[in-house]
Amino acid sequence: MGADPIQPAHAAPVTPWWRNRRLIPWLVQGVTGLVLLVVVAFLVGNLVRNLTSAGLLLSWRWLGNPAGFDIAETLLPFNAGLPYWRALAAGLVNTLRVVLAGLVGATVLGTLVGVAAFSSNGLLRRLARVYVELIRNIPLLLQLVFWYFVVFLALPGGRDAIQLPGLVLAKSGLYLFKPELINDVWQAPLRLTVEFGALLTGLVVYTAAYIAEVVRGGVASVAAGQWEAARSLGFSPLQTLQRIVLPQALRVIVPGLNSQYISLAKNSSLAVACGYTDLYSVAETTLNQTGRAVEVVLILLGAYLVIDLLISALMNGLNQLVQIRER
Amino acid sequence: MVGHWCHNLRQPRLMMKRAFRPVSLLMAAFSAVLVGCAPDDGGIQSQKLAGIKSRGKLICGVDGKLPGFSFVNPDGSYSGLDVDICKAVAAAALGDPAKVDYRDLNSSERFAALASGEIDLLSRNTTLTLSRDASGGNGLSFAPTVFYDGQGVMAPKASGITSLKDLAGKPICVESGTTTELNLADRMREIKAAYTPLKFQTGDQTYAAYLQGRCVAVTSDRSQLAAKRTSFPDPAAHTLLPEVLSKEPLTPATVNGDPGWADAVRWTIFALMQAEELGITQANIDAKVAEAKANANQADLRRFLGVEGDFGKQLGLPADFVVQAVKAVGHYGEIFERNVGVSSKLKLERGLNRQWSKGGLLYAPPFR
Repeated sequence: MGADPIQPAHAAPVTPWWRNRRLIPWLVQGVTGLVLLVVVAFLVGNLVRNLTSAGLLLSWRWLGNPAGFDIAETLLPFNAGLPYWRALAAGLVNTLRVVLAGLVGATVLGTLVGVAAFSSNGLLRRLARVYVELIRNIPLLLQLVFWYFVVFLALPGGRDAIQLPGLVLAKSGLYLFKPELINDVWQAPLRLTVEFGALLTGLVVYTAAYIAEVVRGGVASVAAGQWEAARSLGFSPLQTLQRIVLPQALRVIVPGLNSQYISLAKNSSLAVACGYTDLYSVAETTLNQTGRAVEVVLILLGAYLVIDLLISALMNGLNQLVQIRER
Repeated sequence: MVGHWCHNLRQPRLMMKRAFRPVSLLMAAFSAVLVGCAPDDGGIQSQKLAGIKSRGKLICGVDGKLPGFSFVNPDGSYSGLDVDICKAVAAAALGDPAKVDYRDLNSSERFAALASGEIDLLSRNTTLTLSRDASGGNGLSFAPTVFYDGQGVMAPKASGITSLKDLAGKPICVESGTTTELNLADRMREIKAAYTPLKFQTGDQTYAAYLQGRCVAVTSDRSQLAAKRTSFPDPAAHTLLPEVLSKEPLTPATVNGDPGWADAVRWTIFALMQAEELGITQANIDAKVAEAKANANQADLRRFLGVEGDFGKQLGLPADFVVQAVKAVGHYGEIFERNVGVSSKLKLERGLNRQWSKGGLLYAPPFR
């Protein structure tokens, strides 16, 4: 270094590295990242080591073995001779079926109840309030058990079933299109079991209470002046809601709906409480029979994650559609 | 001779392997000194048995919620077939059937409780299987089977269902994740009958759905069905189908690696079966002992009751362990009848649980 010996006294003081504002954040991030990496590596290493010593290292070959158990109701055809992956797929389809139906039902019921909070009819207003408070404050699991064991299983069965033209409602389910009683068991082209019914009812009623609150919040966020302006222009209350208030409220409602939809998808895994064979129920049986705990749990985690991410992505798209476009 | 060293120690298997190396022998001797093996037990190497004796209590793992097998009475006492096995072992080892601490265990806790040493004996309607017995599996040491069970199916009497074939196309309630579920699928496939399995996570939900009439039948171990039936509103309205879907030998177990303790339990249970064969009951045991003492010619009886010979000592138990066990709970037949037999609430036939001489599977090896 051929530096001038007089120079240091006058030059700007060199910042020591520990006070360097550009270096330090990088360093901290780097160290944190490294520690995280080491911890994860340790955990994964530990898992692999222990699984290896127990002879249970991750393997997916068992997915091709015959499942050996039956599933009560499936959209995908299934029998005990088919492999495990088919059983899990049938469970996944059952989950998607109840989630999709639940999303539609909960949205419709939730919107109606949420809007009812602004009704000019006092009875309707109070009923909506009571509904929300009652349902929100009881655990979902209890509600599912109630719907299944107390409401749906109290339906009459066999010959005493409720029979209407082209429709039969029995203890074992709802039968549509020319139901027939064969050998004491109802048969029909289209059938919805009470297990599906109880789970769907429970999920719809529970989630709708939350959605009602989201909708109420959204409608309340629209300034009162908008209602008054609409009325002064001669809009009826329904028209006001439809044309003026709801389009504006949607901007507030959609982000809130997203998390309710995701909750509904996750809550569907409580299906086993009312005997519905969803993905979780199939996975539990699979786990018990194969002993492949880690793999089965990974499949479960992955499946619910993908379902929720899909819902999230769709809702984010919808959110962008309803935002105010600034021109 | 390995047999003479106290095998304490946490790795009895390891020790056996190396026992003939002089260094290990020396170490074993040294540790025997450290642990303080009681030499007056006739060289019995069971640490568990020594622990039970010094504690003065047997700790027994049971179900606690299954009428007929192990059930807590309103006064807090335990009763049942599994409980009587605990009592018999306590009487044999400690001379008093009341010296038992019971631990209620669910099916997933039971093996861990035994392996960790929390309990001395697992007497909790546990099916003996290869993977539970093998060292590479759960590594238990099984005693003789005390109840030969099988999976059964229960249906309401009024339904007119009398065999498995009648269940074709109908819903059947089953607890999810059990071997029961698999056995049902296998049997129904064999008879080519389609059916609808309704799976529930707990036994309570399963039986609730059955009682509500959602399924026309429910399946589980036959003894469990009979036990649960006693708590139904109208037990007489439900019947067990004749078909047995699987083998479920319910067997007490001890921890692997303490052969001395396993032997003591095994021969106490065999003694209960042998007593039935010899017609020795809770009521006549004192008379039988007196008879054996008075009559020097009845060598078999004298050996069995510990009047002569050293069977008790060989097992590390008192000489009169058989007398104590039978006095406490009676012979196997008495235990069966009292808890689960035709005259009890469960109303189970002896079936496979008869003596071998009467066409059953109970067969105590010779006491010799």
